[in-house]
Amino acid sequence: MRRYFSRKLLIYLITFFLAVTIDWLIPRLMPGDPIQNMLSRAALNANAAETMHTYYTHAFQLDLPVWQQYLSFWNALFHGDLGISTYLFPTPVAKVIKDAVPYDIFLLLPSILLSWWAGNKFGAFAARTKRLDNTVLPIAYLLTATPYMWLGILLAWVFGIILGWFPIAGAYSFTMGTQLTWVFVGSVLKHWFLPFASLFLVGFGGWAIGMRNMIIYELEADYSHYLEALGAPRRLIRRYAFRNAILPQLSGLALQLGVIVAGALVTEVVFSYPGIGYLILSAIQNQDYFLVQGCFLFIIIGVLLANFLIDIAYVIVDPRTRKGMVGE
Amino acid sequence: MAQNPDEKKRNEFLYFAMRNNKLKIGAAIILFFLVLAAIGPLLTDNEPTAFAGPMSDPPSAEFWFGTTFFGQDVFAQFVVGLRATFLVGAIGGGLATVIGMLVGFIAGYRGGIIDEALNVLTNIVLVIPTFALLLIIAAYLEVRGLFMESVLIGLTAWPWAARAIRAQTLSLRSREFVDLARMSAMKPLRIIFTEIAPNMMSYLVMAFILQFGGAILIAATLDFIGLGPTTGFSLGIMMQYAVLWGALPLGTWWWFVPPGAAIAAIVGALYFMNVGLDEVFNPKLRET
Repeated sequence: MRRYFSRKLLIYLITFFLAVTIDWLIPRLMPGDPIQNMLSRAALNANAAETMHTYYTHAFQLDLPVWQQYLSFWNALFHGDLGISTYLFPTPVAKVIKDAVPYDIFLLLPSILLSWWAGNKFGAFAARTKRLDNTVLPIAYLLTATPYMWLGILLAWVFGIILGWFPIAGAYSFTMGTQLTWVFVGSVLKHWFLPFASLFLVGFGGWAIGMRNMIIYELEADYSHYLEALGAPRRLIRRYAFRNAILPQLSGLALQLGVIVAGALVTEVVFSYPGIGYLILSAIQNQDYFLVQGCFLFIIIGVLLANFLIDIAYVIVDPRTRKGMVGE
Repeated sequence: MAQNPDEKKRNEFLYFAMRNNKLKIGAAIILFFLVLAAIGPLLTDNEPTAFAGPMSDPPSAEFWFGTTFFGQDVFAQFVVGLRATFLVGAIGGGLATVIGMLVGFIAGYRGGIIDEALNVLTNIVLVIPTFALLLIIAAYLEVRGLFMESVLIGLTAWPWAARAIRAQTLSLRSREFVDLARMSAMKPLRIIFTEIAPNMMSYLVMAFILQFGGAILIAATLDFIGLGPTTGFSLGIMMQYAVLWGALPLGTWWWFVPPGAAIAAIVGALYFMNVGLDEVFNPKLRET
């Protein structure tokens, strides 16, 4: 178990190190003077441009030797300093991100966990059930092949515009401030539902198909045939198959995290939901590079943390990792 | 290697391929969109960016898919976008498969320290949310082409294919026919490409199909947040413009439904084909 964790942790540390290096390197590798580009496109007034130019030269520290620039980038990072947003000047990037994160957690956590749970249950149920296999599974294929934003657009159009059941923009009604009343909570939930639903549905399709294929593999494995030959009831065999098939699905969850996060970003854009995705769009449109870089780092750290949590869950469900029988 | 059993096996696969409905349906859908992408631009006189007609016009005989908020022909944009979609899938998915094959073959066949090093590399790229990586690279590039986008996607999407191919290579490496080839002093690269690769052809084909679909989805996502090609058109860009210019509140559904529907249909058909192929190559999975 120690070997398992130390290997994983090593990978995560290297990844984090590389990610920070990339974050530092990319603006420096790109052609042209990033500061000048940024300022000329930001369309600031002369006075602000002057201030910004001094600020950026200092922030990028382009006058120092390269290795010193790199070290101070790390130093700033450990002090939680990700620079200052130009688009929301003069708010620090760290604070802009911190304000957006709760919305992401509120959206991502339920949709990931629920779609994983429901998709697996349904996939296991549908496998080798001819009628379901031919009716519902094609829909699951379509769902998992659907671009997240398109499903979001469709849901917004049908349930937001045509039927008018749900609002299609923001995290709560624009006429309300944040307050702790039932009306406000209701408004928050109403705004949350459609983005949640589009993330849930795409994920559900993918997990259901994955589980269906896994279960079929397991049902064809020797131990299943052996149990069958012994006359074990179908339900028992299926239960064993499910417990074996859930392991690859769990590591699949870790592998899919990046894709799910990307999906959440564009879903937030569709619904103007004020999480990191919406932030990134504004940052790109306003050429706010510090904000883009900050969001990049934040996403990496989030995904690495989630990976680590999944590793722990894996140890809990798979006894072989505890006994050190599986190297990776 | 005896040629006869091989040929017989191939015929058997062909037989099951022709009988597999999943494979046939998937292939038919892909073929339909391929033809549409090939001949579509010939069916309309309008340039995708030209302001050809009235604003926000619903589908009609003249404009099959209606017009955008600016009076552009949606059908003209759609078929050009289809071409871009297939191009991204082919280049991005192809590159990812090739890199995955190289890494997987070398790591699996050589083993030892090379395997360890490639494994660490694979795991790192696997754990990085590649979309975030593409995001930051694309954000700093001022001019982006479709080709550049495809290459970037290919360079980041290979790890899981590498992993799967490595595992397969590892199990094939110790088979007798590979030992025999080694004993007859065959060079490692030749062993990989003449002995090992043909025995996992089905695997490679399926990996390519999945990478093809994955590349299309990633490209659409990038395009949608405005990091797509700065020149040219794509289905993702169509959706981006539709949302930005209020197609939702205006109710101009013909602007945003076709591009997403086409992506979902193409990628869905690819996945469907893949399961069909799996059943063709793996007798255990065939419906009983």
